[in-house]
Amino acid sequence: MSASPQTVQKSGAAGSAVFAGSDSRKYNYFEPKARKASHYEDMTVDVQPDPERYLLQDWIISFPDGTPTYSKTWTKALSSNWHQFRAVDQEWERTHYQRQSTICGMVQGVIENARKSGAPKRFDSAWVKVLQDHLGAYKHAEFGLGTSLMQAQRYGYTQMINNATLTNSSYKLRFAQDLTLYLSEIGLDLQGFDHNAGKKHWLENPIWQGTRKSIEAIMGATDYLEQYLATNLVFEPLVGELFRSGFIMQMAASQGDFATPSVVAAAEADYERNLANTVELIHMLTHDKEHGAHNVKLFNGWIAHHGALAKEAAANLQPIWSQPRVKVSSFAEAQERAHNRIQTICSQVGLQAS
Amino acid sequence: MSETLTLNKIVGQKGISTAEAANRVSDLGWTPSYVQEAMTFPTDYKISKVPRDPMKQVLRSYFPMQEEKDNRVYGALDAALRGDMFRNVEPRWVEWMKLFLAIIPFPEISAARSMAMVGRLAPGEELRTGFTMQMVDEFRHSTIQMNLKKWYMENYIDPAGFDITEAAFGKCYATTIGRQFAEGFLTGDAITAANIYLTVVAETAFTNTLFVAMPSEAARNGDYALPTVFLSVQSDESRHIGNGHSMLMAMIHDPSNHQLLERDLKYAFWQNHAIVDAAIGTFIEYGTTNRDKNKESYAELWHRWIYEDYYRTYMLPLEKYGIKIHHDDVAEAWDRIVKKNYVHKTAQFFSVGWSFNFWRIEAQTEKDFEWFEHKYPGWYAEFGDFWKWYAKLSVPGEKNIAFNADVGYVYPHRCWSCMVPCLIREDFCCDEVDGKVYTYCSEGCRWTHKVAFAAEYEGRATPAMGRFSGRREWEECYHGWDHADAMVDLGFVRSDGKTLVPQPHLRFEQKDMWTLDHVRGNTLGSPLRAFRALKPGAERDAAVAEYRKGYTINPCN
Ligand SMILES: [Fe+2]
Ligand SMILES: [Fe+2]
Ligand SMILES: [Zn+2]
Repeated sequence: MSASPQTVQKSGAAGSAVFAGSDSRKYNYFEPKARKASHYEDMTVDVQPDPERYLLQDWIISFPDGTPTYSKTWTKALSSNWHQFRAVDQEWERTHYQRQSTICGMVQGVIENARKSGAPKRFDSAWVKVLQDHLGAYKHAEFGLGTSLMQAQRYGYTQMINNATLTNSSYKLRFAQDLTLYLSEIGLDLQGFDHNAGKKHWLENPIWQGTRKSIEAIMGATDYLEQYLATNLVFEPLVGELFRSGFIMQMAASQGDFATPSVVAAAEADYERNLANTVELIHMLTHDKEHGAHNVKLFNGWIAHHGALAKEAAANLQPIWSQPRVKVSSFAEAQERAHNRIQTICSQVGLQAS
Repeated sequence: MSETLTLNKIVGQKGISTAEAANRVSDLGWTPSYVQEAMTFPTDYKISKVPRDPMKQVLRSYFPMQEEKDNRVYGALDAALRGDMFRNVEPRWVEWMKLFLAIIPFPEISAARSMAMVGRLAPGEELRTGFTMQMVDEFRHSTIQMNLKKWYMENYIDPAGFDITEAAFGKCYATTIGRQFAEGFLTGDAITAANIYLTVVAETAFTNTLFVAMPSEAARNGDYALPTVFLSVQSDESRHIGNGHSMLMAMIHDPSNHQLLERDLKYAFWQNHAIVDAAIGTFIEYGTTNRDKNKESYAELWHRWIYEDYYRTYMLPLEKYGIKIHHDDVAEAWDRIVKKNYVHKTAQFFSVGWSFNFWRIEAQTEKDFEWFEHKYPGWYAEFGDFWKWYAKLSVPGEKNIAFNADVGYVYPHRCWSCMVPCLIREDFCCDEVDGKVYTYCSEGCRWTHKVAFAAEYEGRATPAMGRFSGRREWEECYHGWDHADAMVDLGFVRSDGKTLVPQPHLRFEQKDMWTLDHVRGNTLGSPLRAFRALKPGAERDAAVAEYRKGYTINPCN
């Protein structure tokens, strides 16, 4: 029997020969969430390996104290199966760029059209100062969340958790830049607009110090899951949405401003997705058969800690509601909505909004 | 008219310049005063200067630019299918993509993760946008490559091996080599990992061979998909290289960093050489069917990308800052490629081990021999017989080449550092670390484990430096196992439960395929265990001397 000459295969296309495995055309090493694996799952699951699944030789580099490349000890939360989590928004690179790019185009369109029609000049002057000082200060909060999530995406135990954290960070950092550039550009049309005022208020104005403290507490947390939970389950409903929806979106039109709400609306939509992802993950952990009770206790502690900071932050913001000339909604109403919101979210995942 | 006409110009609307936009955005950061950020990923380096952002780009131009790149990639994949690419693709090439694409999405996402580490270490926030873009880029690279792999799986004649890809990544001896590459990006000293090893060396020096040389070879084999994806990936690299360089510049002026920089440049260069050249060299030289004598060999490519572009234009200028550049390592790597047949020996090893793989490797033939001899004079004398044996033993029922004493190949030791086996026999060495004996492919790898990855470097404490860990010798995992049982455990068996995923040929008829029965009866063993069992002193020295002498492949007729 001679091995050569080698058989000439006429085509390398699927179906041109039938043999064992010739029809095995699906990634077959994980259990899809639904009957059929989604494209997102195919792009994501098991790319970050795990010695408890397929990682035969274990992690091969460690930190000096022996902690491996990825470790379950990076959160106090426990799971009987970290790999179960799937991001609700199903993002992989293509959908992420499509969405981000669409938002960038939309925001730039808003700015261009607003300026072309001379809109900023028609903003009420008290409102211009509100945008300059307070929206200008708030952009730093968004940036802080973005950098904090950028840190967090290194630590999660699975690719699904880390990628959801990564896209969340990407959304936050984009929005912080959206606000910065929006203010910069409408500022060109507004005499005396002070671009540095926002940061000054962020660093010094007592109105913003509670918010800054709240953000710094999230940035300084060393548990990645605490950072993720505090961002989406606590800060966002109690302070982020309160300011974005409960103040900017409510007030702007009455001050002759139709542009700012369009820019800020993108962040509200971002948050809906990031919230859905977070709720899914936290729900999985609070309903874990083995560790549910442990996690509930842990998370309630985080909510109490960050909730107290966020509530103080929100209370400090109250004076802003009286700064616009035309007053269409009250702080109390906005705060009421925020409290209802966090109640609803927490009850969905079996936690207590303190 | 020289200026571009934009809508803003037509309506007389002045926007802010890109540089101004980048400045405003970099002012988003502040130094926390209520709660300090924990230094969760420590470094032994001092970063006293604020790194400068050379790119001055903001996210609102970044996202649309990337979406546009994506549109071109996905458009080209559709076009490749309409053009029936797989009818003419070379299976020899696509088979190696089962290995390559099993590895590469993890290094990519590891690079994304490592942005967390440099992001927090860099003083000031000027580079934050650069790190953000790189983080999202690497997320792009990882998932776009998973997509490409899925696309091969759906359209290529033999999907087995693609279908188990991430499971195979966790289990295979060859993918572990790639994991050493990736874990190095994100574990241990944050600057060593995320700046020097990842950006200053892997991205700046070696992505050209990965993402430029590979695509050219793919195209020569009828694969137009890989170039589309990887050239698009590579187009992001200049930004990453820029990030890395400005971090480096923020540290290089401080002489207290120089000792560590020298250590890390040496470690990173040597590991990248040992790992990337082994893998990519094999794909390019042995995964191709194109034997055009006018094209550059891997050695020639290496000389252009690594020696000229990297060593001469990037590394040498660092000397003016007082950094000692390890010229001898660069020269030694070059010698390993052109004189010591590093790539050829790696390809030979992968082929000896075909029955532990999850892709097919076919024999090299006369046409290949001629090209190799032309590009690497002396090749035929050393490797000709081996490939004849390989072809002869590719028929099921023949005695497996890995266990066949007639061939004369001696299974190698594994290098504890780069995890490629110790293939250049004369360079084999061993040493003791923390009271245990380890084997290495080269002096550079011995130094890496013993000297670089330690708590102290040249008398200086290095408390942040990482350590090698895990079951780094793959063979040890299956010590004493029957070959067939190991294949079942690895999961490298096709859906009929008996035919192997790997095959030593590209014959696609069931009758030509090896099954578990063909490999049962041989026992696997750990060379390191055997080596450690030797008595220190004369017995061990004799074994080292014997190993260094090498072996001769018997004539095959
Ligand atoms: Fe990359
Ligand atoms: Fe990169
Ligand atoms: Zn080595």
